[in-house]
Amino acid sequence: MKKHLGSLFINAITFIAVTFLVGTFFYSCTAQDEPAADKTAKVLEPIRIGVAGSHSGDLASFGIPAKRAAELVVAKRNAMAGINGRKIELVVEDDVCKPEIATNTATKLVTDKVHVVLGHICSGATKAALGIYKAENIVVMSPSATNPALTQSGDYPNFFRTIASDDEQARLEVDFALNTLKLKKIAVLHDKGDYGKGLAEYAKSFLEDDPRAQLVLYEGITPGAVDYSAVVQKIKRSRAQAVIFGGYHPEASKIITQMRKRGMKTIFISDDGVKDDTFIKVAGKYAEGAYATGPQDTSSNPLTIEATQAHKERYGEDFGAFFLNSYSATLALINALEKSCSTDYDDIVNALRTEYVATPVGIIRFDERGDAIGVGFSVYQVINGVYVEVK
Amino acid sequence: MEYFLELFLGGLTRGSIYALIALGYTMVYGIIQLINFAHGEIYMIGAFTALIIASVLTVAGFNQIAIILIAAMVAIIYSSAYGYTVEKIAYKPLRHAPRLSALISAIGMSLFLQNYVLLAQTSDFLPFPSLIPEFEFIKPYSHIIRSSEIVIFIVTAIVMVLLTFLIKFTKIGKAMRATAQDREMAMLTGVDVNRVISVTFIVGSGTAAIGGVLIASHIGQINFYIGFLAGLKAFIAAVLGGIGSIPGAVLGSLILGCTESFFTGYVSSDYEDVFAFLFLVTVLIFRPAGILGRSDTEKV
Repeated sequence: MKKHLGSLFINAITFIAVTFLVGTFFYSCTAQDEPAADKTAKVLEPIRIGVAGSHSGDLASFGIPAKRAAELVVAKRNAMAGINGRKIELVVEDDVCKPEIATNTATKLVTDKVHVVLGHICSGATKAALGIYKAENIVVMSPSATNPALTQSGDYPNFFRTIASDDEQARLEVDFALNTLKLKKIAVLHDKGDYGKGLAEYAKSFLEDDPRAQLVLYEGITPGAVDYSAVVQKIKRSRAQAVIFGGYHPEASKIITQMRKRGMKTIFISDDGVKDDTFIKVAGKYAEGAYATGPQDTSSNPLTIEATQAHKERYGEDFGAFFLNSYSATLALINALEKSCSTDYDDIVNALRTEYVATPVGIIRFDERGDAIGVGFSVYQVINGVYVEVK
Repeated sequence: MEYFLELFLGGLTRGSIYALIALGYTMVYGIIQLINFAHGEIYMIGAFTALIIASVLTVAGFNQIAIILIAAMVAIIYSSAYGYTVEKIAYKPLRHAPRLSALISAIGMSLFLQNYVLLAQTSDFLPFPSLIPEFEFIKPYSHIIRSSEIVIFIVTAIVMVLLTFLIKFTKIGKAMRATAQDREMAMLTGVDVNRVISVTFIVGSGTAAIGGVLIASHIGQINFYIGFLAGLKAFIAAVLGGIGSIPGAVLGSLILGCTESFFTGYVSSDYEDVFAFLFLVTVLIFRPAGILGRSDTEKV
C-alpha cells in the first residue's frame, strides 16, 4: 500500500516536473549529485527493456505468452509512474528459438541500447545470445531457459531466470518414476538439442546412480524427421516400462502417437517443453495419461489471479506456457531497476540478489548463480485433455 | 526375427514416402536438368489442402472413404496447380539462363512458399486426422504393421507403375523422353516442349501431394516446415537411385528408408543422418551416377 501511494506521488510530481521543468524532488532516486536541469532531461528518457524470444515459428507458443506478460506488466507500470518516473519502453525482437538467429537478435537489442533484456525463451538460443549481452554488461532474465549450465557454469554472471533448472526437473522426473510409479526399467530419449539433451543427461545419471533403476535405452532422435517408427520399435524391444523424453512437444506428440498406435502402453514422462496445450491438441486422445513436469501451480497466489485476469481482459483467452514466469521476470527486473535507482549493471545485479520481490511464482530473489530462490516444479498428467497437477 | 521384420517394414514405409516425393524431383531433373527445391513445399501444401478439405468434409458428415478420396483428389489438383504456376513464374523465364540462376530461383520459391503457408496458416503443429481406416484383417498383426503402412506401400507401387506406363507407352510420355534426350531436336520435330514441361511439373506435384496426404495421415501432424527435411531426404534418395530415373528414385528411396531404419534399430538413432549421408557418399564413389543412373547421357 505504501508503495502504491509512493507511485502515485511520483506520478503526480513527474507531471509537475515535466510541465515546469523544475527537478529537485524525486525523493528516492534523484536527490544525488547531478545538477537539477540535467536530471530532468535524464528523467524523461525511457528505460528500455528488450524482449527476445520465439514470437513466430513452430515454438511461438512459448514465446508469445512471455511477450504478452511483459506488455501487460509494462502497460500497468506506465499507467502508474513507470520506474521512478521514467517510462518503460519495450523493444521486441524475434529469435524463432534458433541459436543462429538469436545472436542477430541480441546484436540488434544491444544496438538499440536496451538497459535489460527479458529473454530468451529456448536454452539453445539463450546460450548463443548471452555472450553478446555479457560483453555489453546487460542483465538478461529468462522466464523459460532451463539448461543447468547457463547458471551453473559461472560463464554468464549477467544471466538470471525465474524458472528452476533442468537438473531439478530431471531429478523430479526420475523420483516420480521410481518412488511414485515404482518403475524399474526406464528408457531415456532426447532431441539432441541443448535443452532436451541436457535434461536427458541428468535423468540418465540419476538413473544410473540409483540401484533400483535400470536404464534400458538412451537415444537421441532427429527433430523434424519424417517418422520415428524405428526408435519406437527400439523402445518396445527394450521392454521399458516408461520413457523419459527430453525435448519439445512436436517430437513428443509424434513419439507418443506412434507408440499408442502400435498398441504400446509404455508410460510417457516428459518436461516443461511438452507441458503445453499444443501437445494435447496435436496428439489428441493419444496424449491421455502422459506425464510432464512444469512450473509449480501457483493459481491461488493473488498476483497470479491478477495476472490471469489482466490477460483475460486483454486477449479474451487463458494464457500459455511460461506466462507467469515471464510476468514474474518482468516484475523482478522492474523491481531491481527501481530499487537500485540506476541502470548500471552492478547496481541492477546487486538489487536482483538482495531485494525480494512478490511475483506470481512466489516471493523471490536470486542466488549468486542467477537461479531464483523460491521457484519449483510439479508433475502434471494429461487427464481428459487437460494437464492436472499430480498430488 | 520379428524385430528385424518390424524395422524392415518401418524402413519400407519411410522409403515409400521418400519415393513419392523423389519421383517429382527425378522427373523434373530428367527433363530440364533442374533441381526443383520447391518440391518439398508442394508436398507440404498438399498435406495442408487435404487437412482443410478433410476438416470441412468431416463437419459435413461424409464417410471416411469419401473423405480421404475427395481430400486426396483436391490436394492433388491444388498441388498440381501450384507446381504448374511455380514453373511458369520461377523457372520458365530462366530456361535459357545459366543453370545456377534457375537453382537460386528454386531455393527462393521454396522459402517463399514456406513463409507464405506460415503466414497464411499458422506456425503451430496441427493435428491431422487418421484418414486411412484401420482394416479389420490387419488387427492381429497391428504390432508389426499398421494398415496405413500397407496403404502407403500399395499406393507407392501403383504410382510408380502408372508413371512408368505414362512415360513408356503414351504419346506425352514419348514427348517427355524426346525432350529429355534433346530439347532443341524435340522442338524441331514438332514437340510442344513447354507443354511437356508443364505436364511434368503437374504430374510430379500430384505425386508429391499423394505423399503429403498419406504421410500426414500416418504421422498425425503437420506444420509449414515438414516439406524441408522430407524434400531433402527425397532429393538424396533420388540422387542415390540415379537422378532422372523413375525406378531409380523408388529404389533409392527404399534403400535409404531401410538403411536409416536398420541403423537406428541396431546401432543408434543419434547418428542416423550421419550414416545415411555416409552411405550416399560411399555409393556415389563407386557409382557416380547413382544405382540405376546412366552415366552416358553426355550428348556430343
